[in-house]
Amino acid sequence: MVDLLEKHKGIADRFQRMVDMGINGLGVTNDKMISPTRAMVGGREILLAGTNNYMGITFDPRCIAAGQKALAEYGTGTTGSRIANGSFAMHKELEKELAGFLNLQHCVVFTTGYQANLGMLSGLAGPKDTIYLDADSHSSIYDGCTLSGAKLVRFRHNDAADLDKRLSRSEDTEGGRLVVLEGIYSMLGDRAPLKDFVELKKKHEFQLLVDDAHSFGVLGPNGRGLGDEAGLEEHVDFVVGTFSKSVGAIGGFGAGNHPLFETLRYAMRPYMFTASSSPASIATSIAALQVLKAEPERRARLWANSEQLYKGLKGLGFEMGTDQVSPVIAVKMPDELSTIVKWNALFQGGVYVNMAVPPGTPNRMCLLRCSVSAAHTPEDINRIIGIFKDVVAA
Amino acid sequence: MTDTSEIIPVLVSLLAPFNPENKALSEVTDIPAELNIDSVGVLDFIMEVEDHFDIEIPMNAVANIRTIGELAAYVQSQLNKG
Repeated sequence: MVDLLEKHKGIADRFQRMVDMGINGLGVTNDKMISPTRAMVGGREILLAGTNNYMGITFDPRCIAAGQKALAEYGTGTTGSRIANGSFAMHKELEKELAGFLNLQHCVVFTTGYQANLGMLSGLAGPKDTIYLDADSHSSIYDGCTLSGAKLVRFRHNDAADLDKRLSRSEDTEGGRLVVLEGIYSMLGDRAPLKDFVELKKKHEFQLLVDDAHSFGVLGPNGRGLGDEAGLEEHVDFVVGTFSKSVGAIGGFGAGNHPLFETLRYAMRPYMFTASSSPASIATSIAALQVLKAEPERRARLWANSEQLYKGLKGLGFEMGTDQVSPVIAVKMPDELSTIVKWNALFQGGVYVNMAVPPGTPNRMCLLRCSVSAAHTPEDINRIIGIFKDVVAA
Repeated sequence: MTDTSEIIPVLVSLLAPFNPENKALSEVTDIPAELNIDSVGVLDFIMEVEDHFDIEIPMNAVANIRTIGELAAYVQSQLNKG
């Protein structure tokens, strides 16, 4: 008999080495959440600097009240999919609110952000089509592409000239073509040069999807994402996003202006064959959107904190993941061993960041990845920089 | 017509950056297994091959390619198509 799990032996050995060196950096358990930026772990208060909680909205009393009300009035779960019994009025309300926020006509809500990419990519593209995806795309994009059955062509990260070359290689394809970009890339924090990619639409025929998972609420004068920041929203055909970051809940969305957009509801298996989001999660998302709209100062605080942390870490002499400042701030490490050692030292020093190692990182990089929150104070940021100085730079 | 015997040495040289231990490579070398390259590394290598030969090797095709010989045969089929 072939043991099915034997193929994962290498992963088990690698993981064990990590555990043997200290705490399991890939399995930290928060015993109690104190605030958007603090948790109790193993009896110690930890300053959180790797939670993607960009707007620091998870403990907002308005969102909590909305969630509690929905829980009491609509119950704990929907027990069904959106195309069966799982569509509640609040799902429709959130879709309408989001479409309004994005200034788009249509929006579909998914149960998770991962499923949003799975659903949108597999709904848009089929076996006769081609998807062109950035080499540094998130796993949910890779998996959505695979689920679509489309021909998949990978282009060099953030390189519009490289995409141009690859589009030219199959100009005579019979199917449609979809180019997929991300607003802010999750590991290094750099963003797609949207203008360069939009320019290619003059030369090649394709539709464009931007995943704003890390940029929704963060980029642009209205917080609508990459297209909003670049002033090129009308050239972005489809937007995907998540509620698990700036919105502080769980779920995801796809949106666009296409007249047939609503038919995607009956073509996306990750939308049709899973239970819809729980009432509490939908209600907190609606409340969070209203907070984001009413309080743009959160975005201003997030950017001030991001500038402070980026400059502080760069000032310590670290090699940074990118030259672009964003709320995702990654410090490059020479190898996996030193990354584990330094991650443990940071954690012992009282700060949690993400330990990011291959193959989850671009170009086999090892990273200590921070993400900044609007809820961090300038003192919090200074403390993070101080701990990096003491234990990583040392 | 390009023969695989002309393609294999090119693939071997393109694999050099992915072969830090300088293992001996041949037509039967299983690229991900013997060179211990992870899934992303294989895709990065494939990009180099695409650009060298100016051909398209979709990710879908990569799933069925394990050895240098199989990759050479795929490259040959694409070159001869054009």
